[in-house]
Amino acid sequence: MSTIKTIALTATAAAILSSSAAFAECGIEGNANVSIMGNDFPALHAVFSAAEQCAGNGVTVTKNHNKDYKDLMVPALTANPAEYTALTVSNGTLVTLMNDGLVRSLDDLVAKHGSSLNKSQLVTVNGKVMAVAFMANAQHLFYRSDILSQVGMSADEVQTYEQVLTAAQRIRDAGIMEYPVALNTKAGWNLGEEFVNMYLGTGADMFVPGTAQVSINNEHGIATLNMLQSLVSYSHPDYLTFDSNATQAMWEGGKLALATMWGSRTAGVLDDEGSTQQVVMNTDFAAAPSFNGGSIPASSLWWDGFVIAKNVSDADAEASFIAMMNGTSTEMVQANNDAATWLIEGYVPSKAASGVTSTAMNGAAPYPMYPFMGALHSAAGSELSDFLQGGESAEQALADMEAAYNVAAKEKGFL
Amino acid sequence: MPHRTFFWFIIPSLTAMILFIAFPVISVITQSLHVEHEKVLVSSESCGPFGCKQVTVIDVEATAQLRTDQPLGQFSGFDNYTNRNHLAFDEISLAWSNSENMSMFFNKLLNLPFYKALAFTLTYTFVVTPFVIVLGLAIALGVNALPKFAKGPTIFVSLLPMIVTPLIGSLILFWMIDGEGVIGASIQSLFNDPNLSLKASPALTWMMLIVYGIWHSAPFSFIVFYAGLQTVPTDTLEAATIDGANRWQRIRYVVVPYMKPLVVFITLMQLMDNFRVLEPIVSFASEASATSLSWIIYKDLTSDTQLFGSAAATSMLTIVGVAILLLPVLFRTWRDFSRTAH
Repeated sequence: MSTIKTIALTATAAAILSSSAAFAECGIEGNANVSIMGNDFPALHAVFSAAEQCAGNGVTVTKNHNKDYKDLMVPALTANPAEYTALTVSNGTLVTLMNDGLVRSLDDLVAKHGSSLNKSQLVTVNGKVMAVAFMANAQHLFYRSDILSQVGMSADEVQTYEQVLTAAQRIRDAGIMEYPVALNTKAGWNLGEEFVNMYLGTGADMFVPGTAQVSINNEHGIATLNMLQSLVSYSHPDYLTFDSNATQAMWEGGKLALATMWGSRTAGVLDDEGSTQQVVMNTDFAAAPSFNGGSIPASSLWWDGFVIAKNVSDADAEASFIAMMNGTSTEMVQANNDAATWLIEGYVPSKAASGVTSTAMNGAAPYPMYPFMGALHSAAGSELSDFLQGGESAEQALADMEAAYNVAAKEKGFL
Repeated sequence: MPHRTFFWFIIPSLTAMILFIAFPVISVITQSLHVEHEKVLVSSESCGPFGCKQVTVIDVEATAQLRTDQPLGQFSGFDNYTNRNHLAFDEISLAWSNSENMSMFFNKLLNLPFYKALAFTLTYTFVVTPFVIVLGLAIALGVNALPKFAKGPTIFVSLLPMIVTPLIGSLILFWMIDGEGVIGASIQSLFNDPNLSLKASPALTWMMLIVYGIWHSAPFSFIVFYAGLQTVPTDTLEAATIDGANRWQRIRYVVVPYMKPLVVFITLMQLMDNFRVLEPIVSFASEASATSLSWIIYKDLTSDTQLFGSAAATSMLTIVGVAILLLPVLFRTWRDFSRTAH
């Protein structure tokens, strides 16, 4: 009897000890609800799962990965109390949340719990920390070294988009591929992103400084459009339906030799699924090319980070911050080193990250954080396809974009 | 029936209609007459992983004050209806005075998002609707002539296209017509052109969407006609047979006139359904070649920059469009009805 009692007592004690150990590990005090939402890709799965380990002992952690999180986040955080306590966002989506004042300043939480953060991880606006970045992303060049060497070119010879066009023509002439090039040119958001990337390569501003007045109908805009059109002439005629999933599948299927794709796709291309040995062995990454005699890579730098909702209790906000710190810890990075280009302490850059890193090193600009950027992005995404299909002039396409932007910006109260 | 009794009978459905139809429509109309309140912009410094930059941000407090003062936003009259993204009156008059001939004018007209969408929406509606009616009747007549044991399974299989969710059905077709898909690859080998793609040109995309529409809607008209066929009086048909009418004449002079109310019903339903085509455009990623009015609303509500006023205006224009489409059919029915009633 006493033995059983002892065992029971020891078991209880052990249970208490181990749970308080987990509790101590995360450092969340008292009862709290943590609920996280964000996009759906492998690197974020790793972050959310690590954050989920803070659950237990009065703390609940729920997670929701959703490809359409951009459409859900504003209504979800407008509610009081907000539907989610923490959100993973990118520089593009943070602006949307800040426009409506839906995220809280993290200054006090960073001071209290953020000692392990790199300074570069802190995203500040007007001196206040609004988000904590944990990974970087950018579109950059993917190339097939075997095919380039077949046409007598090396990686050094595809540093500008003009050189990419030369390489594409040689590949076509050699009869290796009719359509060796791909960009994410699906009409809509993807095509808009290609316009923004290429335009940033000119180094020019998209807006009259200090105003919401758009200024893209100029020689920079025309150079941008002409380069996009030259590139898609080496893309399969279906190019207006190409999103990241389509281009990755085409790359893995060995149908492409030169492509501008997201850095977050490198790990998927290099893994041993969905492709052949020959493609994987010969896939290499380089910085996004520059163009038009410029030196800036024609790409935009993105970060992914987390924010904490404004409309939640301070206790939940603190618990969420701690859980997300746990989700973006050095241990998580060590376990998932190659899943992303992490900005977190302890990350060892791998081949998969080389494209993003060199794009950043070559001086690419971050994606513009204007409150009215989304309106221009949408306008570009829907007004460019006519031009690319040869239906109208570059000047007309740019005028259409400006007109579409002006209507949207006026309706949003920016003009 | 005394007015009082009639009133009490109708009050539940009247309440429901006011609550679930009238109020939402009024709210959409109100929304369509407003744009968002002005945003107060301030310049500030933003720092992140890629360095610091001077940026423009919204002054949230100042803007919140404006929002409290004008919760509906700024009244803009019919601006949302007449701006470039909708009826585009200014752009049209400009295009009219600057165009040398009609084709140039139409080119400019179809460059405007609303008219581009309207062109496809109307083409889709007026091609799919008659095809669906004729094809549905043909299938119904065919199935009706089958031996009894084969009818059940045939009906089930014929209904499948309607059972498949439009979004999924069109996505499946999208992959089938891909160059690597079964239909796409077959067409390529049939025409001996390895680069032929159904997704590449606007004309082929329109055809593909229309074929999908017919495939998806034909079962609806089939099942309605099939039900109607069961009620065609057999004695009239027998009398026609005795009079020497062949199968075609029996269909033309007995079955079709008898089914006329059903034709009107299906026409009404199909005009409404096809006018608000959306799912295949999303699934086929055909934004570049074909858009519809519903798709414009969908885009306004789901993009990074949600445009509620714009979406409300397009919704109202869609309602007006449906009303105009249905008027001739409704008017005809009303005339036939009053003729038989008196």
